[in-house]
Amino acid sequence: MAEKLLQVSGVSKHFGGFTALSGVSLDIAPGERFGLIGPNGSGKTTLINCISGLLQNETGQILFDGKDITGLPAYRRTRSGIARSFQVPRPFHTMSVLENLLVPSAYVARLKDAEGEAEAMRILRDIGLADKAGLHANQLSQVELRKLELARAMAARPRLLISDEAMAGLAGNEVDEVLQILFKLNEAGITIIMIEHIMQAVMRFSQRVVCLDAGRIICEGTPASIVQNAEVQKAYLGA
Amino acid sequence: MKFWIGSAVIVLAALGVALSPINEYFFFAAFVVLTFVVLATAWNILGGYAGYVNFGTSAFFGLGAYSAVVLFKGLGAPLAVQIAAGAAMGALLGFGVGLLTLRLRGIFFAIATVAVIFIMETLMINWRYVGGATGLQLLRPEAMAPFTSYTRMLFVVMALMAVVSVAVARFVQTSWIGRGLRALRDSEEAAEASGVPTLRLKLFACVISGALMGAAGAPMPMYLSFIEPASTFSLNYAIGALAAPMIGGTMHWLGPVIGAILLASLQQIVTVTISGEMNVLVIGVLLVLFVVLAPEGILGFFKRWLKSSSR
Repeated sequence: MAEKLLQVSGVSKHFGGFTALSGVSLDIAPGERFGLIGPNGSGKTTLINCISGLLQNETGQILFDGKDITGLPAYRRTRSGIARSFQVPRPFHTMSVLENLLVPSAYVARLKDAEGEAEAMRILRDIGLADKAGLHANQLSQVELRKLELARAMAARPRLLISDEAMAGLAGNEVDEVLQILFKLNEAGITIIMIEHIMQAVMRFSQRVVCLDAGRIICEGTPASIVQNAEVQKAYLGA
Repeated sequence: MKFWIGSAVIVLAALGVALSPINEYFFFAAFVVLTFVVLATAWNILGGYAGYVNFGTSAFFGLGAYSAVVLFKGLGAPLAVQIAAGAAMGALLGFGVGLLTLRLRGIFFAIATVAVIFIMETLMINWRYVGGATGLQLLRPEAMAPFTSYTRMLFVVMALMAVVSVAVARFVQTSWIGRGLRALRDSEEAAEASGVPTLRLKLFACVISGALMGAAGAPMPMYLSFIEPASTFSLNYAIGALAAPMIGGTMHWLGPVIGAILLASLQQIVTVTISGEMNVLVIGVLLVLFVVLAPEGILGFFKRWLKSSSR
């Protein structure tokens, strides 16, 4: 295994005249719990779209486990070990919860249905959705949908899990619940990038935090040092 | 296994009926119904499973028919070769339409496929070799051995094609391909993020669906002993192929079969008893009724009814 699991160097992305990312570089070590913060529109989601392959970066390079994945379509990146959840849950709404997980287990882990179901049920038990396995995705509550996003990502057997605001809009105890799930996954050896607005959650979870503002990294450090940083305070609170 | 026995029974039954002394009109009408079974089944692979509404069935159907005519006129090719050529050209057009899905989704994709009909029709109107706008009279060969008429033979051929199409649709639906298509219909981004090669699957669905539509069009010129652009590229094929799965149900291979048999038979009856104009109205009224009252089609309606009565 490479020393760095993910290496992003000099990544830029424009939407028309708008610069969403300009020259972003960051390294993530295997097993790390990494927090990505920044005000609305600072480019967090664009950055993870570039990492997961839903968008292609215009300049720069992305290495995963030492291999260059720049330009690869999203499904190949998922197969190589990068899974993600979506900020606005995008369940396969005509399928049951269990079937949702069978998609990645068929296309990434390449399991037969029986094996896939066994693994999917194990994931659902770990995440606390086992009793909802037979329900349709559109019958789930908000917190259950967030869990389904994570469960489906897990069925792709990732080495790197990107959690895009899995807790936005949840109540306090629900935030704790999701946070516990992420801690448990990390203990099982999965590297996690957490994008979050809920500061208290990021600060508790992350070993290292990067703050984006207007498409640039303005600060990097431990959670404690980030909150003290003048530029971060300025980005969030204004001058 | 049950499926294959059922398929064999249907083909043998069709053969038996074709060799019996039933009125010739039955075969004339049943051929059209079976054509719609193939078209609806083919449409559903892309439109039902993958959620890309193809409004251009007539383009594929017409391309298949004209491919058959070109081979028949130029080389005197036998029916089987004509059908194979229709399928090949349909597959090719399907690939092209599949590339449209790169940029167009939803209503925009549907509109683009309508344009394909007009492109194909304009091309054929301006091609002298196949008769241009006035069309071409075709002298069909003798029917093969056990059959007493060419129409009876075409009926059995189309029955066989219907069974093959349904088998293909059933395979796509129940295999991992079907799961991927459903996933990308629900959310293309989430499907990609779950490892589904969405572009490849969409192209596959377009090619298979296009090939079956092209094949369905190939026997038509022989059936009519005539070909002409306006009726060959008629929007009725596009609307019928889309309406039948909507009425029958798009989630299961049986849906388009039920829908097509129901709709096309009704149209045949209305054409004979009332008028040819009225049969277009039939589609319209049925489509509106089903979209409002049973949006998941006949199959979806019965599924829900079974569930609620078992409680």
